[in-house]
Amino acid sequence: MTVSVDATPTVTPPAVDAAPRRRWWTRLGPLVALVVFALLPYSTVEIPGVFDGPLNSPGTLQLLAICLVFGGLAAGYDLLFGRTGLLSFGHALYFAAGVYGTDVLVTRGGLPLWEAAVFALVGSTVLAGLLGAIALRTAGIAFAMVTLAFAQVGAILVARDFGGLTGGEEGLPLSTDGLPGLFVGVANTVNLYWLALAYLVVVVVVVARVAGSPTGRVLAGLRDDERRIGVLGLDPYRYKLLAFTLAGGLAALGGVVYVLIVGGASPHVTSSELTLSLLVMVVLGGPGTRWGPVLGGVLYMYLDHRLTSLATDLPGPLSQPLFVLGVIFILAVYFFPGGLAGLSTRIAPIRRVLAKNPHKPH
Amino acid sequence: MSTFVLLTLTGLGLSALYFLVASGLSLVFGLADVLNFAHGLFLSVGAYMTWWAATNVPGAGADGFGFVLAAAIGVLSGAAVGALVELVLIRPLYSRTIAQVLVTVGLSLAGVALLQATWGADPRPFPRPAWTRGVTGIAGANIPNASLLLVIAAAAVLLLLLLFLRFTRVGLVIRAGVENREMVTALGIDVRKAFTLVFVIGGAAAALAGALGGVYFGSVSPGQGSSLLIFAFIVVVIGGMGSVVGSAYAAVAVGLLQQFVNYYGTAGLGDICVVALLAAVLLFRPQGIAGRAVTA
Repeated sequence: MTVSVDATPTVTPPAVDAAPRRRWWTRLGPLVALVVFALLPYSTVEIPGVFDGPLNSPGTLQLLAICLVFGGLAAGYDLLFGRTGLLSFGHALYFAAGVYGTDVLVTRGGLPLWEAAVFALVGSTVLAGLLGAIALRTAGIAFAMVTLAFAQVGAILVARDFGGLTGGEEGLPLSTDGLPGLFVGVANTVNLYWLALAYLVVVVVVVARVAGSPTGRVLAGLRDDERRIGVLGLDPYRYKLLAFTLAGGLAALGGVVYVLIVGGASPHVTSSELTLSLLVMVVLGGPGTRWGPVLGGVLYMYLDHRLTSLATDLPGPLSQPLFVLGVIFILAVYFFPGGLAGLSTRIAPIRRVLAKNPHKPH
Repeated sequence: MSTFVLLTLTGLGLSALYFLVASGLSLVFGLADVLNFAHGLFLSVGAYMTWWAATNVPGAGADGFGFVLAAAIGVLSGAAVGALVELVLIRPLYSRTIAQVLVTVGLSLAGVALLQATWGADPRPFPRPAWTRGVTGIAGANIPNASLLLVIAAAAVLLLLLLFLRFTRVGLVIRAGVENREMVTALGIDVRKAFTLVFVIGGAAAALAGALGGVYFGSVSPGQGSSLLIFAFIVVVIGGMGSVVGSAYAAVAVGLLQQFVNYYGTAGLGDICVVALLAAVLLFRPQGIAGRAVTA
């Protein structure tokens, strides 16, 4: 592609040449990545500096699984933020509903895992629908504040431990009685890793299908100009509620997977900081793109964990992972509004200039 | 009866804290359309600078005039941080609402982490002047003086803000800007100067809340600001965005409701009632008490 650009004096890229190559890459790239990630646990390669143990050690697999779950969560949140233009500050609530719903039903209720998971998932999705129905009566910034307030109720309910269900500040370790043997024990971390990968695939496929459907085009229309959708005779409220409920359900599913990986629930998952970090992931990765939020979520969680363990070597504020991530985030808002996914389009003009320079003497 | 008076006055103390945070938030939002997540940071800066000044600045101390000086340093640094945030971070992004929210989110994360790195994550004991540790008997109830101090300070700030908004030219520009910013700009008035000013006012009020809140709680920790901020947001929405008087009414309602329900019900139930109140206001009067529409 670069060769033909150099040969032709026009700035427009030759679309005929580029299209088939791009299509091949975008189609097979994710599949190759999926196969690589699925086969990763069979590798014993050590990457010093990046991971503490070999790739198939339980510690590394758990870290990777958490990263994958957050990649999926970020992609689900992007359905709201990047694709529908809804700035929700309460997304952690539905994730936490999945986490605590499963945990409480298994540990306190003694239900088998799959029943608990189904109940938690359905309950959280209904909750998202109900709260979304109220919150969506407002728009823009007020919507952000209202969702934040609702999520705060969830955080209070969990922390104050009404009825002795949630374990309060201590959290609630997941009882292993109701779990299938497949997911119990350190040796089975690999199954949890595959579960996390499956969750990520489900979210990416669902979000991509929705975004590609006529509904997805309405959602994109809502993001760009809500009045126009109203003028077309469609009901913005109904479509926004659909996106909100679906995103809530996807987050709850992530919660079900997360509670298995971590082996319990802690009040941290209800905090507004979790929603804020989801927002950071999406913006760093690139809102409204297929792979940006996934990449952002995986990288953010990885950095969050690694910077915490590297913290002792760094001086002053650099020892705080949130300081580093917050500063990167602010810089990204100013200098890379498209996030990681938008980097290639930003670098392209620079590359073109660099590629052209040698021809100048002619 | 004495329990009722006690709950009312301590509830008003809480309301005062909410009002000090919410008034600035509401003005900033009403005028500049910025949802300021870093407002909790202004509060923390005020609290920490007061705490720092009380031991490190000559003349300042934990008691009497020394504490007033320390609190003044805290308020001034809150105002300075407010101005700095507006000039450096928010100004380049005007009319890009979402990007502004994102920047303030990043700032609140990084700022709290910075405070944590500098002074540690654990709560620090806050200097409490002797008078604030005592109680005053009102109608048979012993009211903590720290609550009274908060109520007096908030009432003074409310009065000053109203006088400022009503009787000065800049106040007129701010009120007009909240109503219709484009019109003010079209009349040839540089409304951006007013933006910086509301950030300074908001930063100073929040820093005052931080200094007095430190006295009220007896300690200061990096996360204090953000937990108060959520209730301040609720106060702003209930009161109607951009209205100082609406914020005052809403702060009183929220503070009293929280205090009474938390006392007579289970602890934590009051916080939930506040959110229920928010949901009710949104369903039946989405523009808030003061009447400015927040819906699209």
